[in-house]
Amino acid sequence: MVEYRIDRRSGVATYVQIVHQTKQALRLGVLEPGDKLPTAREVVEATAINPNTVLKAYRELEREGLVEARRGLGTFVRRSLGAAPADHTALRSKLTAWLDEARGEGLEREDITALFNSVLDEKCPAEKGHEGER
Amino acid sequence: MSRDEEGIALAAVGLGKRYRRRRGPVLRNCSFRLPAGRICALVGPNGAGKSTLLSLAAGLIRPTEGTLTVLGTTPAEARTRFAYVAQSKPLPPQLTVAATLRLGAELNRARWDRAAAERIAYGPLAPGGDRDGALDPTSKIRSLSGGQRTRVALALAFGKRPELMLLDEPMADLDPLARRELLGALLGEAAEHGTTIVISSHVIAELEGACDHLLLMGGGRIRLGGDPEQLLAAHTLLTGPARDLTGHTVVESRDAGRQLTALIRPGGPLPDDWQTAAPSLEELLLAHLRNPDAPDLFTEETVETDENEENARA
Repeated sequence: MVEYRIDRRSGVATYVQIVHQTKQALRLGVLEPGDKLPTAREVVEATAINPNTVLKAYRELEREGLVEARRGLGTFVRRSLGAAPADHTALRSKLTAWLDEARGEGLEREDITALFNSVLDEKCPAEKGHEGER
Repeated sequence: MSRDEEGIALAAVGLGKRYRRRRGPVLRNCSFRLPAGRICALVGPNGAGKSTLLSLAAGLIRPTEGTLTVLGTTPAEARTRFAYVAQSKPLPPQLTVAATLRLGAELNRARWDRAAAERIAYGPLAPGGDRDGALDPTSKIRSLSGGQRTRVALALAFGKRPELMLLDEPMADLDPLARRELLGALLGEAAEHGTTIVISSHVIAELEGACDHLLLMGGGRIRLGGDPEQLLAAHTLLTGPARDLTGHTVVESRDAGRQLTALIRPGGPLPDDWQTAAPSLEELLLAHLRNPDAPDLFTEETVETDENEENARA
């Protein structure tokens, strides 16, 4: 179950914060398909925000196909974001090996970051609106 | 009840109230509508008329002019469907908390929700037992602090399972923890049952984020009415070279020599050499309170027209 933390001074609209935190939980595998999101009541009791703000965030997540509202039951996760967590083990060990090699060739942390980011930008350019979350 | 009145929790038309001993009216010519299901912050300085408006809605006093419709009918007819928590929280001092709640149950037999009332008074039935701030059922009302009495009064209001809650400065006596807890409980109730909540305060910060409707009172009238986001969107803070502001509605302007700072409702495009920013809710309210002559502003759904009924729900 996710718990939302609302930062009132961030300047980011509250419903956007909820959308963002839900996506983060989907990426990290904290939320998986079939999981239930907290009810609007649970969220507003914990955060003292307006119920309509929660509903607006859930509608946005539904519109993006990430969750579905089942009448009388609640809102459920339809799909996760990113690769399944199981795949990460293999990738992680390859990345670790690669990093060992880079260190072996005398690269510093900053060099590694720069190199990684340049390949990252080349292979998966940031999609428009992907990080901004609107 | 007509279709039009169904979705409106409160509707005032030309509402005015004058107390015998006071020179001027406390309220004059107030007209506004509050759609049902909203969490409405009723804000304004001391003496602005907030308590008078709530007492009129609760049917405790009568208007000297105009009408106030509550849940589509008169306050007297709507009595069983709303709950009113007065600032003074009149409760029988000799009764225990448990007896007070039993009394509430007796007086509201048709719709009493015991679980909801006890949850507010004694805290959620959580494993782990005692919580700070929650009440002992055997305590006498007379021995309770102001904040604890607020808890009893709110418990009675919740138990009534009302369609509308009228709360006059309920947060004033509460410590920050209880404030957060009870505001959360109120909003939870609204989320579950679609309860309309009108909550007065002179501290807007504590309701920002919780309310989706705002009524700003000042000088006996409603100065601003509507969805706070829409009200904010209608205003711009600007700084720049002093220049004629004709064509825009000026709420406040300060002129330090050549430099101008103003809060306006833009009536057209603004010149490029003016820096603009979105005001915060607090800036918006303070600017209006400092400038009693600034024109009032109501979003569309707050004033009486026929076709905006649907928009109110969208």
